[in-house]
Amino acid sequence: MSKNSAGKSGKTVVQNKKGLLGRLFKLMLSFYPVMLPFTIFLIIFNSVIRSLPAIFQQKIFEIIESNPTWGDVSTRIFTLVAILASLYLLSLAADFTFAQLMAFITQGTLKKLRVKMFGNMQYLPIKFFDQNDHGDIMSRYTNDIDTLRQMISQSLPQLLMSATSITTLFVIMIYLSVPMTVIVISGVALMTVIVRKIGGGSAKYFFKQQTSLGKLEGFAEEIMNGEKVVKVFCHEEEAKSDFEKLNQSLFEDADRANKYANILGPILNNIGNILYVIVALAGGILLIFNVPNISLKGAAISISIVVPFLNMTKQFTGNINQISHQINAIVMGMAGTKRIFDMMDSPAEADDGYVTLVNAREENGELTECPERTGRWAWKHPHQDGSVTYTELQGDVRLFDVDFEYEEGKPVLRDVSLYARPGQKVAFVGATGAGKTTITNLINRFYDIADGKIRYDGININKIKKNDLRHSLGIVLQDTNLFTGTVMDNIRYGRLEASDEECIAAAELAGADDFITRLPDGYSTMLRENGSNLSQGQRQLLSIARAAVADPPVMILDEATSSIDTRTEAIVQRGMDALMVGRTVFVIAHRLSTVKNSDVIIVLDHGSIIERGSHDELINAKGQYYQLYTGAFELE
Amino acid sequence: MLKQLSKSIREYKKAALITPVFVTLEVILECALPFIIANLVNQIKAGAGIDVILKTGGILALMSLVSLACGSAAGFTCSTASCGFAKNLRSDMFAKIQSYSFENIDRFSTSSLVTRLTTDVSNIQNAYMMIIRTAIRSPLMLIFAFIMAFVMGGKMGWIFVLVVPILGVGLFLISKKAMPRFRSVFKKYDNLNSSIQENIKGMRVVKSFVREDYEQKKFSTAAEDVCRDFTVAERIVALNGPLMQFCLYAVMIFTLTFGSYTVITTMGLDLDVGQMSALLTYSFMMLSSLMMLSMIFVMITMAEESAKRVCEVLSEESTLENPENPVYNVASGAVDFDNVSFKYSKKAKKNALEGIDLHIRSGETIGIIGGTGSSKSSLIQLISRLYDATEGEVRVGGVNVKDYDLETLRNSVSVVLQKNLLFSGTIKENLRWGNKDATDEEIISACRMACADEFIETFPDKYDTYIEQGGTNVSGGQKQRLCIARALLKKPKILILDDSTSAVDTKTDAKIRAAMRRYIPETTKLIIAQRTASVEDADRIIVMDSGHIADIGTHEELIKKSDIYREIYISQNKADSKDGGEAE
Repeated sequence: MSKNSAGKSGKTVVQNKKGLLGRLFKLMLSFYPVMLPFTIFLIIFNSVIRSLPAIFQQKIFEIIESNPTWGDVSTRIFTLVAILASLYLLSLAADFTFAQLMAFITQGTLKKLRVKMFGNMQYLPIKFFDQNDHGDIMSRYTNDIDTLRQMISQSLPQLLMSATSITTLFVIMIYLSVPMTVIVISGVALMTVIVRKIGGGSAKYFFKQQTSLGKLEGFAEEIMNGEKVVKVFCHEEEAKSDFEKLNQSLFEDADRANKYANILGPILNNIGNILYVIVALAGGILLIFNVPNISLKGAAISISIVVPFLNMTKQFTGNINQISHQINAIVMGMAGTKRIFDMMDSPAEADDGYVTLVNAREENGELTECPERTGRWAWKHPHQDGSVTYTELQGDVRLFDVDFEYEEGKPVLRDVSLYARPGQKVAFVGATGAGKTTITNLINRFYDIADGKIRYDGININKIKKNDLRHSLGIVLQDTNLFTGTVMDNIRYGRLEASDEECIAAAELAGADDFITRLPDGYSTMLRENGSNLSQGQRQLLSIARAAVADPPVMILDEATSSIDTRTEAIVQRGMDALMVGRTVFVIAHRLSTVKNSDVIIVLDHGSIIERGSHDELINAKGQYYQLYTGAFELE
Repeated sequence: MLKQLSKSIREYKKAALITPVFVTLEVILECALPFIIANLVNQIKAGAGIDVILKTGGILALMSLVSLACGSAAGFTCSTASCGFAKNLRSDMFAKIQSYSFENIDRFSTSSLVTRLTTDVSNIQNAYMMIIRTAIRSPLMLIFAFIMAFVMGGKMGWIFVLVVPILGVGLFLISKKAMPRFRSVFKKYDNLNSSIQENIKGMRVVKSFVREDYEQKKFSTAAEDVCRDFTVAERIVALNGPLMQFCLYAVMIFTLTFGSYTVITTMGLDLDVGQMSALLTYSFMMLSSLMMLSMIFVMITMAEESAKRVCEVLSEESTLENPENPVYNVASGAVDFDNVSFKYSKKAKKNALEGIDLHIRSGETIGIIGGTGSSKSSLIQLISRLYDATEGEVRVGGVNVKDYDLETLRNSVSVVLQKNLLFSGTIKENLRWGNKDATDEEIISACRMACADEFIETFPDKYDTYIEQGGTNVSGGQKQRLCIARALLKKPKILILDDSTSAVDTKTDAKIRAAMRRYIPETTKLIIAQRTASVEDADRIIVMDSGHIADIGTHEELIKKSDIYREIYISQNKADSKDGGEAE
């Protein structure tokens, strides 16, 4: 399929994407091993069938031209018409089946690609999401999938159909007359050049148009986001004149792109007509001067060759025209396909861990694995000699000389060592960019450390299976993310098998039960758009409840910086405190009260620990922490 | 709706009107071509001399060239007409949005406005281009081909009277059946996409709870659902092609059988072979233009939704109007509220502010404190007429705010909004929002007052440092200080800070307030804060509670008489006391 289309049409455009097209085809073939080849067969079959009627038409014309009487030829004509009718019926059946199958294949392929892409996305490292613009990831699911739909359902079948027709026509033409074929082919070559020239110009300006549109969109978004600030500063006129500039350049690019695209049709159409005239003249000349014909058929030039030849010329150019219409769609579709494949090919998070987390119970003073939930867990550690040891999950986390950088050459953490014994609270304090969040990102292995060691209950965390590691860690993030679904669903997200009672108990612990029961539908209230119908404080309470239902031995809390009023803050604070009881907690602190109540306070500055100790010790030391505490620095 | 949209055609009307003229010429020539071709074929067959063939061929080539010129011209004019229309539409929408009041802005989300400005306008542009070019071309083509078929084929033309309606009705029924299905599937599709967005945003949560498989399963089910509905809708539309083919084949069979009969029995008098093959060409033209029409029909229906959404923006009228004879001078910084009540929309059941009576002298410093939802922000937004009071009167400098020229009022009352923003551009450019003509000295002195100068000087590019969109490359506290400096540059009579120092450390916060007291004593200052420390030294402090003024007084007075104030004060200062303990 790919070879065929690449060979005949816009060579430069399609050829370098052949690999992509081939891959797409293979993928589709694996989705529809029977349906797809059958559909392709139907397309080819149909386009061959469609070029046959011309032969029978010609036969009829020949009969008529022999000036017969109706009675003599009626049976022959009726036979020919009957053959035609059955060909048409075949073509109709093929057309119908093809169209119906194509609907299945297109939508099915898109669905499978979507699911595959989404499935792969779930396992991509956090780094991917930090490095790629979310809007850009989204557009693969929306714009790129849409262009692919256009390409699969229309452009590619059309291309295949036109290519088959062109091949069939070419063979017949050679069969009839080589010199006249040469004329047609040279005309077609001219058309190809024009398609490439104009099509290329059109593609160039369409690309420019997209860039201009992007700029305009960015500007409009920024201004409208700050529309209230614009009003407060009476900045409307300036905004309008800036917008006009961008709008004008978008207009110019769009106008050029569309002009190119619009004239392609009339030009090709009429070149086709002129080519027709040239072929007709050539035919006439050959006829009149009785020029010897070169052909496979071996027949001399006659009316019965020239006339069908003229019709075929028309069909030939018509097909070229059809292909030219599909080129833009195919170029865009290929670009979309590439982006989709890129996303599907992004390597998943690597995980070489083999230590797993299991439910455990104590038998005869020894820890053993058991299938049911006991509230106790153990790390199951298989060794090379085949033996297995169990270590109780306690929540002892230690960092040894940890170095880390997000980008090469820009170290974020230098030589960080710290420990948290089971049940201890460790607070991180420091300015934005000091490395507080980074440390927590390393503990749950959103990122992997460059140098040093992190041990969890004495086990190197690189040996622990990521899923099990994360199961043992709870997390409450600064920006709360809730999912579309009921309040109950959102709490249960922490532990899918939790009963309603357990979820409610978690909500009570977090202090969220109070506001939930006052919602119109209580725990069954639907949340949409990240819980936009809840206040900031309420969303935080829900995320605390969600962590509480998971009940992990180690918690990472990132306190919110946003200003919520004092009363809600007190409730959120109580929820956080309740959650911390009996767990090892790492907290990125923004509230002095949280910091004060921690067992260890770690003050970070530019990726290094500059102070550590309890509140009283640090106050007495009169260092950086003291300055922070007395309000001389911003606590961020 | 159409009337509303057509207002944006303006200077591109000529291009829009001339396009159909070119298209008509093109269509006439195109329809005449098969006629000439039939002649040519007959001439060749009759063994006519080369000069005759050359002559007819010449005419044909000439017609093709003219048709090419007309077609290209139409392509040019319709491109300009539609792109120009889209440009004006965007321009009108943007201007309209700039005229919106806060109340209008609240009704639309930014992302929906951006989509309307880009995607929706593009849809309209494409439909418009279709209408002025193809939508005229197709019916014309249909009519001319019809006429030509009769001219050439005589009685044979009647077959089209039979077939065209069949195809027309068939295509119409298919579109009609498919459209509602497409509409509903597009809605589902949108939901699917928003769930992807949610997943991407919440990826940290997904991963930390190890919910990858769960999310995948959830998505599969939803994708399956969309796929099923989409397939059904597409299968209906997929009937278009075979229907069209069926009609074409029916015409072919008819023409060939009865055509042959006519040619043979009348000895080529009523119909000759050339005409017969031309007839076949016309039948193809007619049916394919019908097909085009049905495609346009679908496209226009889809663009209709977009047009609706665009019109919503264009027809939204600003709820605030400049008065007829506005006052251009603000006498003083005095603020008076006389029995003011306010609600955000007419439909709202509860008033956001209720019975506010408040009188502030020019030059006074007022602190405002209260819980979330106590309407602190609502109160101050009435002063610079960001919203209009529902009942009662708000006066600035003794004059009702509704009597001022809006720009005059807003230049005298400078508000630092709670949700404040910097725009992409240098620090200087951002600050000049306050005053276009501010000198460098003025900018620096405003920054000194707002304690912004100290950190700006540490940047390598100082005042020319580029601020990223949304101000992401400065910290929260720095952003707030820049916003205060920007507001100070207006040299306002009244300065309002709506929780504008929440991310600034307490020492700097105090420094800013001291500087304002010293350098702009005559300016009335209203300070909304969460921390009591930020308002302790104000002349008077207003305590707001669910839309009412609960208490007014100095810090000392309020500690004694206001329960709310005392509670807030204690909860914030307890953590500082020696024996510790968290807020309870």
